[in-house]
Amino acid sequence: MSVADRIFRGLFVLYLAAFALYLFAPLIIMGAAAFNESRFPTVIPWQGTTTDWFGAMWADRAMWQSLWTSVLVALCVVVVVVPVGTAAALVLTSLHARARSFAYAVMVSPLLTPGVVIGISTLILWRQLGVGGGVFLIVLAQSTFIICYVMLMVMARLQRFDRTQEEAALGLGASRGMVFRRVTLPFLKPALLASGGLAVLQSIENYNTTLFVRGFETPLTVFIATKVRTGLTPAVNALALVIIVATVLGAIAYEIARRRQAARPRG
Amino acid sequence: MRDLYGRFGPWLSTVFLSLVFIWLAGMVLAPNLMMIDYALRPNLPPAAIGGPDDGYSLNNILYLAGEATHRAIFLKTIWASALVALVTFLVCYPIAFWMAQRATTGQLSVALLLIIIPFFINEVLRTLAWFIILAYRGPLNAVLTNLGLIDAPIRWQGDGGVLAAMVYAYILFMLLPIYNAIESLEKAQIEAARDLGASPWRIHTRVVIPHAKAGIATGFVFTFMLAAGSYVAPALLGSPGSRWFTEIIYNWFFEGGDWNRGAAYALVLLVLCLAVVLITLRIARVNLADVAK
Repeated sequence: MSVADRIFRGLFVLYLAAFALYLFAPLIIMGAAAFNESRFPTVIPWQGTTTDWFGAMWADRAMWQSLWTSVLVALCVVVVVVPVGTAAALVLTSLHARARSFAYAVMVSPLLTPGVVIGISTLILWRQLGVGGGVFLIVLAQSTFIICYVMLMVMARLQRFDRTQEEAALGLGASRGMVFRRVTLPFLKPALLASGGLAVLQSIENYNTTLFVRGFETPLTVFIATKVRTGLTPAVNALALVIIVATVLGAIAYEIARRRQAARPRG
Repeated sequence: MRDLYGRFGPWLSTVFLSLVFIWLAGMVLAPNLMMIDYALRPNLPPAAIGGPDDGYSLNNILYLAGEATHRAIFLKTIWASALVALVTFLVCYPIAFWMAQRATTGQLSVALLLIIIPFFINEVLRTLAWFIILAYRGPLNAVLTNLGLIDAPIRWQGDGGVLAAMVYAYILFMLLPIYNAIESLEKAQIEAARDLGASPWRIHTRVVIPHAKAGIATGFVFTFMLAAGSYVAPALLGSPGSRWFTEIIYNWFFEGGDWNRGAAYALVLLVLCLAVVLITLRIARVNLADVAK
């Protein structure tokens, strides 16, 4: 290896390290600030280690209220998006080439629409019908684009589906409804579970769309963003740390489940 | 359609089709049509709606062209979003190339995990993290002052802060498509180019980047769209001098009380994003079907 190569390699390792620092330093600093006694969340100067901020977070009724709103919304979103997304995937895979590419473009268009626009258009339509912002509109607006994710995940799974299984079941005298329930649906189950999990995550973390249709509700993301403006204390960092740990654990559990699923020959 | 009926029978097919119809007609099409309707009508008190003053015009959209501040913020949002996409590309390309062509299997799975973890964490929290780092008396200023790189703390809030947090937020949307594209490039092609005497720069500009064009276009499209439509990063990290177009839209709805102008501005944002998507895909000759993967 020439000297130039070595220098280049060394520089690249430095770049990788800087990139890792860029990815993780913000999260680590935010988490660490939850343990600092300082009233404003920071790590410099360190004014003493404390876990009081977790207690303050726990005692915050508004926080619990907003968490409940977010969870309620997420559960409703799952109930809406999984059936509709699955139906969309099945309809799309049953279309012929020409119609399919057009329908596909229409069905992924919500993903290419800015989140604020989805929120705004939903808000306007429903005001016309006399319905104001609130949990119902949040669920509806979020579902508009989360359905796309479910559809794409179910379609990916359907590509590996052997349609002769359905035909075989029909040939053996099963009704069409039974074929769907006993053959197609069980095959899709892993994709349905995964997309349900993704939908919960997408719903809870959404801010742009939710902001416009929230009415007088304060979901978790809105709660946190408001705190930043009205008075940030490390209690918000404590909440952030809890959410981070929960999401990372959830991501790891999901990854393990996915690998197990993939290891199985025909899961 | 006949295929669907043959496959699932009339009853189930009708259920599927109705669900899809409710989604596309009721949740995608109708809201957008109503938004266009709002955008083209004047803002009138309830009593005057349907009266002689009520009618379609482009006034709300033209207002954006005529209002100097709003026009400046709109144009700035466009070029700043393009800048976010460009910087994200420059940051991600070396990593994507390394992951796709150089990393061992072990390194690759660790790298993928490390890159994905921050993106499971929600965008508001990631922005909050930057808010803390970039605070006037925050860690970044403290480190830089102690290293002697700067004499006095810098006010990062404003354009710089917004750029840093947005690039951070959208790395994954740029990195994964490029990684996927470069991964399908045969190593032999790079070696052949090198054996024929190509410099590293030429290998990238003439072999790797043309091959990864579709992935790069996808990354650009998503990053631009997300940046232009972002609200949280400019709201938390911006300064009065770095307002974002989405903030103006928000104000029309919840402070200005003129939903018609708000709808017109939102429509402009939507058309802008769709135009950027379609033009970029046309230039890179990428099919929409390849984008949403």
